[in-house]
Amino acid sequence: MASLWEYANPKKFIDTTDKVLPWVSVLAVLCLATGLIWGFFFTPDDFRQGSTVKIIYLHVPSALMAINAWIMMLLASLIWVVRRHHVSALAARAAAPVGVVMTVIALATGAIWGQPMWGTWWAWDPRLTSFLILFLFYLGYIALWEAIENDDTAADLTSILCIVGSVFALLSRYAVLFWNQGLHQGASLSLDKEENVADVFYFPLLVCIAGFVFLFIALVFLRTQTEIRARRMRALLARDRMEA
Amino acid sequence: MKALLLRDIRLAVRAGGGFGLGLAFFLIVVVLVPFGVGPQSELLSRIAAGILWIGALLACLVSLDRIFALDWEDGSLDLLATAPLPMEAVAAIKGLAHWVTTGLPLVLAAPVLGVLLSLPAQGYGPLVLSLLLGTPGLSMIGAFGAALTVGLRRGGLLLSLLVLPLYVPTLIFGAEMARRGVDGQDYTTPMLMLAGITCGTIALLPFASAAVLRVNLR
Repeated sequence: MASLWEYANPKKFIDTTDKVLPWVSVLAVLCLATGLIWGFFFTPDDFRQGSTVKIIYLHVPSALMAINAWIMMLLASLIWVVRRHHVSALAARAAAPVGVVMTVIALATGAIWGQPMWGTWWAWDPRLTSFLILFLFYLGYIALWEAIENDDTAADLTSILCIVGSVFALLSRYAVLFWNQGLHQGASLSLDKEENVADVFYFPLLVCIAGFVFLFIALVFLRTQTEIRARRMRALLARDRMEA
Repeated sequence: MKALLLRDIRLAVRAGGGFGLGLAFFLIVVVLVPFGVGPQSELLSRIAAGILWIGALLACLVSLDRIFALDWEDGSLDLLATAPLPMEAVAAIKGLAHWVTTGLPLVLAAPVLGVLLSLPAQGYGPLVLSLLLGTPGLSMIGAFGAALTVGLRRGGLLLSLLVLPLYVPTLIFGAEMARRGVDGQDYTTPMLMLAGITCGTIALLPFASAAVLRVNLR
């Protein structure tokens, strides 16, 4: 029976993702185009927020993916620590810059929305603060990857940092809740139907979220492939130098 | 274990080590703040608890890279790794030694510096207590960060970037406890949270630090 761990083989991973990548990319473009055009042009303005409500189609999906990217990195790090599959470590490495960009998009769109609505670009609200801290975690993680020359050492150290960091990130999330009262509204999406945004906004938002998920998958696949190929190239060059 | 602890403390106190450095840094931060924000004593007394906490945290930070760097350079870390003492114990002892030589002096100096910032009288007890509870956690987290960056040539700046986000919960609860003490409010909740975080770091982080050290020594 085919096991998931077969994809830990770099060649198998590249072959499979090569086949999947065009489809995922097309899906990402389609979903994002549909969702954003639907959202921006074919939904009504909110009766209180006016047209600024439409930033939700960028803000919510990017915030969601910023957190999910970290969770994906945590899982990949755990797989690396336990089973030592190189693809897993490289996938974690590949996801980090995507995650940090998502965090920045979420923070920036939030600030742009907050200026007309809350009257301020920035407030030390628990959600905003947690995202800023998450941003710092991403920066530290990426910087540690870049700083260490030996690939395996870097993979080991960053994965342990990711695991320890996750605990502290969670701790910070609840610490800032204790520290300050929130200005940010409640969840836009939840399983509790009462809390959700109205259906008019809900369906384009779902399409946008799907688009961001596909976009994230496509980017991580592409970047992981690049990492694998770059590493293979370095190995070949090293072999050349040995023979010369 | 005791021998290692005593050796580390002795080394830190003697050879022009980081012993006075953290304390001097703390003093400088606290002295600079009134120049920056102005000498009004009402303003100072309102922010005193937070400034003292940030000062202590930064003073802790500047001496972190010394925890493992010297032992790494002269090879005694390799010796410790082959010694019968488990690596986890080494990491814990190193963190403890850092606390004794940096954290404890900071706790003792904080009330004196509180006078400079016109800290209200009822704030001294909670402030010292919060630092006493919080600084061991800072040392243990710092030991983890120092273990991560020990193999790097210029790890200092990276160490700060890695460690500062990890310091956030401790700082929040510590400063909140001191602030509530200053305002004369009940500070049990942040105190318990702070103690919990510190206990958690002491119990768990030596394992992470030891794992990291093993990777670096490989």
